[in-house]
Amino acid sequence: MDTLLIALENNARLSNRQLAAMLGKTEEEVEAAIEAYEREGVILGYKTLINWDKTDRDLCHARIELKVIPQSGHGFDEIANQLMQYDQVETVYLMSGAYDLALTVRGKSFKDVALFVSQCLAPIDAVQSTSTHFVLKKYKERGKSVIEKEIDTREVTGL
Amino acid sequence: MMDYSHVLSSVVTGLKPSGIRRFFDLAAEMDDVISLGVGEPDFKTPYAIRRAGIESLEKGYTFYTANAGLMELRQEISTYLHRRFGVDYQPKTEILITVGGSEAIDGCIRALVEPGDEVLIPEPCFVCYDPLTRMAGGVPVAIPTKAENAFRLTADELRAAITPKTKLLILPYPNNPTGAVMRRRHLEEIAQVLRGTNIMVLSDEIYGELTYEEPHVSFASIEGMQERTILVSGFSKAYAMTGWRLGYAAGPAPIIQQMTKIHQFAIMSAPTTAQYAAVKALKPECDEEIERMAVEYNMRRGLIVDSLNRMGLSCFDPQGAFYVFPSIQSTGLSSEEFCERLLRSQKVAVVPGSAFGASGEGFVRISYSYSVDHLVEALKRIERFLQELKAQ
Repeated sequence: MDTLLIALENNARLSNRQLAAMLGKTEEEVEAAIEAYEREGVILGYKTLINWDKTDRDLCHARIELKVIPQSGHGFDEIANQLMQYDQVETVYLMSGAYDLALTVRGKSFKDVALFVSQCLAPIDAVQSTSTHFVLKKYKERGKSVIEKEIDTREVTGL
Repeated sequence: MMDYSHVLSSVVTGLKPSGIRRFFDLAAEMDDVISLGVGEPDFKTPYAIRRAGIESLEKGYTFYTANAGLMELRQEISTYLHRRFGVDYQPKTEILITVGGSEAIDGCIRALVEPGDEVLIPEPCFVCYDPLTRMAGGVPVAIPTKAENAFRLTADELRAAITPKTKLLILPYPNNPTGAVMRRRHLEEIAQVLRGTNIMVLSDEIYGELTYEEPHVSFASIEGMQERTILVSGFSKAYAMTGWRLGYAAGPAPIIQQMTKIHQFAIMSAPTTAQYAAVKALKPECDEEIERMAVEYNMRRGLIVDSLNRMGLSCFDPQGAFYVFPSIQSTGLSSEEFCERLLRSQKVAVVPGSAFGASGEGFVRISYSYSVDHLVEALKRIERFLQELKAQ
């Protein structure tokens, strides 16, 4: 696995110069590699992890488990494709186990999300059932602790 | 009123306190200080290893282990040393589990050194060899290493320092504070000087797993050297287990036997919980996380060396441990002045090279056991500080 991707996954704001130094490559090589990854769709984008709870924006997340009827010839792809068109839907995964599709949905409030499920998801023909689980509290998000700032607890030694 | 100056041992009161502390005491009084001073990993111990410690407690393994350490752990260390460095040690007679590498260093020096014996110590180096030698009644003999030799000990320097009283050579590579390493060809040169002498070698290889570009070579693996080498290592650095306090010594049975005697009287046995955790650390299932940490250190190393060189603090390429040792001579300041002014002006704490021996003057030690984000911020501040100096 390319360590460039690991470095970028941890911090997408590093300059090409910094990345080059970290990886023992030239800036040009890093630039070319990133371009290639973008072109090939390995790198899909650069986003920022934001703890919206600390802002004045109201946001509510839910995980929704869907049981669906796969379409002949398309399997689950067609219904998945349809669901991902909604802006409210953040992730769409095909799952193994007791249900088929797992969605992460966001809205302004519980009610907002509930309405989305009942008005947009439930009526879809292929959807057999929905099960909505609201997020009450986030502890960790994409590898980062949400609840507390990581503090350096290393004490001074004469080393 | 008791006059304590008369009751304390003059050997102990005569020891200089570590020069590292002073800066941290200063830094502790200030707010918003960014430290690049710590000499331990920033990673927590991998969870599988922590879990093994917890499980041992749950099972009620709260007793002493054998003095020399859990047999299972000694066996694992023996297997590990063979697998990684191609050296063979008998778990029963040639390995001693200690309280950190530090205890192994102390025990080794005490087992070998008689009053008046000279101990050769390449400097700059970790701060413990000199005082431990003095406490054993030995005479520390510093061998200053040079930046132009990438802070390696050369055969000529070693030869020039040997006298009839030389008992022990300390080989602290990969090196704290310089990040210097000795590759096989450099070790061969040292071995050539030692062949035919009775000089013993304490090879402190605690940073062995943190060696970049080429794998670490143990001095004990050099032909004919195992019989005169006490290999000291431990779990603190590679496994991010500093707080567990666990290290080991591997060496010839007669020496390990005497070291075990010292250990038995002074320590009894290393912490049991830590030993159970360490058994897990050496299993192949932990390799991936250990490797992940090493890859991360390597990226930081590249970042920090490049940034320092670019801002005019020339920095040789450190190939081991997690320190860089840039020269600050271009600023015209002494190491102490540089560190104090950097701290006061930009609130970045680094350690003066002079804390690691006189030959460290003109350098500072910067640790990269910090996240990339932390390093980027600290480097920005150091650059601002240098611009400030230039403007003056």
